[in-house]
Amino acid sequence: MWDQGLEQEWADLMRMALAGDSAAYRQFLLCVTPHLRAMARSRCRTLGAPDSETEDIVQEVLLAIHLKRGSWDSSRPIGPWIGAIVRNKIIDALRRRGRRTNVPIEDVMDTLAAEEQAGGLAQMDIDSHLATLKRRQQDIVRSISIDGDSIRETANRFEMTEGAVRVALHRALKSLAQLCRIQST
Amino acid sequence: MRTEDLIDRLVLDPPPRFGFGTVFMAATLLGILVAGGIFLAVIGVRPDIGRAAESLRFLFKFAATMPLALGALGVALRLSRPGMAAGGWRLVLGAVPVLLATAVALELHQVPASLWQSRLVGANAGFCLSLIPLMAFGPLALLITVMRRGAPERPALAGGFAGLAAGGIAATFYALHCPDDSPLFVAAWYSAAILVMGVAGCLAGHRFLRW
Repeated sequence: MWDQGLEQEWADLMRMALAGDSAAYRQFLLCVTPHLRAMARSRCRTLGAPDSETEDIVQEVLLAIHLKRGSWDSSRPIGPWIGAIVRNKIIDALRRRGRRTNVPIEDVMDTLAAEEQAGGLAQMDIDSHLATLKRRQQDIVRSISIDGDSIRETANRFEMTEGAVRVALHRALKSLAQLCRIQST
Repeated sequence: MRTEDLIDRLVLDPPPRFGFGTVFMAATLLGILVAGGIFLAVIGVRPDIGRAAESLRFLFKFAATMPLALGALGVALRLSRPGMAAGGWRLVLGAVPVLLATAVALELHQVPASLWQSRLVGANAGFCLSLIPLMAFGPLALLITVMRRGAPERPALAGGFAGLAAGGIAATFYALHCPDDSPLFVAAWYSAAILVMGVAGCLAGHRFLRW
């Protein structure tokens, strides 16, 4: 599916990531993302889905890659593993679209109106799911990403231990993936 | 949220401590212990085990149930990983029905037709049908629990193989107790009990293994 050398590089980075090297993990995710985006975009175009959906799919795929990274057998090529995850998430997105095409016209009108008000900004699914998480999980997730806080700073701010922050972050990520999935079934 | 922001957060979440293969193996061993515990507590080994162990019919039961359990475990593990096909374990699993059919043919050839029915019905088929699922429940629950950490592309199928594996483990223990050694009995009742577990595994997979 991808260039062999590229897959080799991804596999090396992911192996380091699984051993606990977070810099390698960041590099892996950053390297893979443009490829995921290209795949998602071409799928969206062939299926007539709006481009705004591409980024939602990319983020869902990233979440799935993250939560399921232990299921990659590090002695095997990583390309087919990533490919299977992308396929699964695109199917989810299709189901969601299938459902959306059944919504009554009034709802569509409302949505169109709302989109216009939002000034054409794509409303990411993940953000709407984030709003349904437990308060503390939301705070932690927001604090880490938007303010660029590290785990330690977040722990200090919320007067929690670093371990508790990590656990809350992990649970929040799992819940987000779950919410994305529930929406498509 | 921008995709870069999402990546920032993912990076802060440390990797799982144990690999998927390790956890799967641990669940399997624990499942065998649970099934074995129930076996010892509820039924135990048959009293004439010493004499039975010399009979080919008795030994054949294990030649059927153990490859079944092993092959189904191998397939379930591989199907839990995205982008992997069932692989060589399929052959181990596929050998079991062939073995069973051969044993049934030999039995029909060796035993007079007047005895076929009593061999088939055996001493306690109902016991077989209830005890194998009873002992298989623990291993199945454990396997499904760890397989949630995996990412099966076909969740119901992967769950089904976990069910067959759990049934195979339970049947291996049950064979130590069961006084019916005829391949006719094994082909009918063991298979039925194990297939029930396969269906239970499919349902559990469909319910719990989607991601």
